[in-house]
Amino acid sequence: MATGIWLDQLIEVLDRGAQVVEVLGADDYAPVHLPGAINLPLRQLDEQAVSVLDRGRPIVVYCWDSL
Amino acid sequence: MYDYVPGKVDWLAHNLEVEGERADAPTVGGVMRDDVVRCAQTDRVADVRESIERSPYPFGLVTGEDGTVLGRVPASALDPRSLGPVWDVAEPGPKTFRPHHSFENVAGHLAEKKLRWAIVTTPEGRLLGVASREDLERAG
Repeated sequence: MATGIWLDQLIEVLDRGAQVVEVLGADDYAPVHLPGAINLPLRQLDEQAVSVLDRGRPIVVYCWDSL
Repeated sequence: MYDYVPGKVDWLAHNLEVEGERADAPTVGGVMRDDVVRCAQTDRVADVRESIERSPYPFGLVTGEDGTVLGRVPASALDPRSLGPVWDVAEPGPKTFRPHHSFENVAGHLAEKKLRWAIVTTPEGRLLGVASREDLERAG
């Protein structure tokens, strides 16, 4: 279960070396995304996809908005 | 694992750095200026008018302690002899825009409402700057 965070907390987590994952599709990711974010679209998430992540570091996921 | 609940739109709306194919696309945040006069609700009308007259803008913005925009005060509404609080003559709750909004959208809205200036804030309402319709139309 993911812990919900807001901007101030996100910046703290990023300072701790978090990996950032955008779960929108590639068409949304390509134009603009958070610095250093990688794209793992929600519909394609599986064990293989998440194997690119370092489980020893914090992971932050985000989509377009809170809805 | 963490979920950045407000999402990408919140990051964009705070005018923070981004990457991507359109990271350099023109937005309101790219042309806004942050030298508009800010004042507190209790500041004296005459003092605020004096500050506005020394600025490049025909208005000032009333902000809270945390920078939240509370109201707009056109210089023309400020009596240079008045020692009363500026909040008494402010226009509360002005329309605001986010920095990632496109030139076209904001300039179009300003033209429709016959406004010359866009007030740019974070989603929480904290002032980031102002952009003129003229600058937006020229840059677009």
